[in-house]
Amino acid sequence: MTSEALQKNEEALTEEMLICARQLVVDIEQGNTDEVKNKLEELTRLREAELFQELGKLTRQLHESLNNFQVDSKIALITEQEIPDAKERLLHVISMTEDAAHKTMNAVDESMPLSASLLSSATEIHQEWKRFRSRELSVDEFRKMSSKLDDFFVSIESSTRQMHDNLNEIMMAQGFQDLTGQIIRRVISLVQDVEDSLVELIRISGKRIIDTGKGPAAETQGFGPKVPGVDHGDTVEGQDEVDELLSSLGF
Amino acid sequence: MKILIVDDFSTMRRIIKNLLRDLGYNNSAEADDGKTGLPMLQSGNFDFLVTDWNMPGMSGIELLRAVRADEKLKDLPVLMVTAESKREQIVEAAEAGVNGYIVKPFTATTLKEKIDKIFERLGTA
Repeated sequence: MTSEALQKNEEALTEEMLICARQLVVDIEQGNTDEVKNKLEELTRLREAELFQELGKLTRQLHESLNNFQVDSKIALITEQEIPDAKERLLHVISMTEDAAHKTMNAVDESMPLSASLLSSATEIHQEWKRFRSRELSVDEFRKMSSKLDDFFVSIESSTRQMHDNLNEIMMAQGFQDLTGQIIRRVISLVQDVEDSLVELIRISGKRIIDTGKGPAAETQGFGPKVPGVDHGDTVEGQDEVDELLSSLGF
Repeated sequence: MKILIVDDFSTMRRIIKNLLRDLGYNNSAEADDGKTGLPMLQSGNFDFLVTDWNMPGMSGIELLRAVRADEKLKDLPVLMVTAESKREQIVEAAEAGVNGYIVKPFTATTLKEKIDKIFERLGTA
C-alpha cells in the first residue's frame, strides 16, 4: 500500500467513525439500547482498524529506513576501505616527516664538525699570519705555517664540498612537505565525505531520501603520493620503473 | 634559458628552483597551477616547463595538453615531476607528449639526468 492510499484509508476511517458516533448520540437520546450496543461495537472495530493501519505505517517506515541503509554503499566503502586507508596514509605522513627530520639532522650533525674544524684551523693560521706580518715568525715557523696552509686549502675544498652536499640533502628532505601535504589533503576530503554521509544518515532515519545516483567524484586531479599498505592499483616502484616503462613506449 | 616551474606546493617549487640553479639554470619563474602557469607561458618566452601533476584548478596533465594544443607553445619541452605513479598515468603523460617524467621523491642526480637527456634529444632532433 502506498502512503497516499494509507492516507485516503485513514480519512475514510475517520469519516466512518464520525458518522457512527453521531448515530450513537441519536440512538442514546432515543433510548435504542440494542442500537447503542451495536454502534459501540462498530466504533471499537473501527478503532482497531485504525490501530492496524498505524502499525502498517510504522512497519513500512522501518522497512524503508533499513532499505536506505543498505542502499547507501558509500558508507560501507568508507568504513571498509577508506578509513583504514586514511590510517595508513596518516601513519605514512608520520614516517615521512620523521625521515625528513632525521635526514636533516644527520646532515647538520655531519656539517657542524666540518665547520668547527675549519673555524679552528682558520683562527690558528690567522694568528700565525698576523705574527708573520709583524715579522715575528722564524724561518722554521714559517715553513710550518705554509705547510698548515697547504693542508687548510685542501680541507677547505673537501669540507665545503661536503657541506654543500649536506645542504642539498637538507633542501631535498623538505620535499616531505609537498608529499605529506597531498596525503593530508586526501584525508581531509575523506573526513568531509564521512561528515556528509553522517548527515545523510540522519536524514534517512527521519524520511526517505532521494537517491541521486551520484558516485564518488571522478579522479581528474590525480591520486597523490603512493602510501605503503594502501592499494593504488598498478603503480611504479621508483624512477627506474618509470624509465623502463617510458623506454618501452619508445622514449 | 628561461624555465617555468609549476607546482602547488611552494616548498617543492623552491627545491626545484634551487636544484636548477645548482645546474646552472638561473632564470626561472614559478606558478602554483596550470591556470596561472598557462598565461605566463603564452606571454613569457619560456624555453622549458617543469610541472607537477596533482594541482587544484588546472592539473599538470591538463596544462601539458593545453601546451601541446597551443600553436606557439606546442614544441616547448615539458618535464613532469610528480608523485603520480600509476602506470596508466605515465602512459597518459607520454601520449600527451611529455618529454620526461620524474616520480617524487626524486634526487638531484635524477633531475639533472632527465634535463640533460631532454636537451640532448632536442639537440640531435
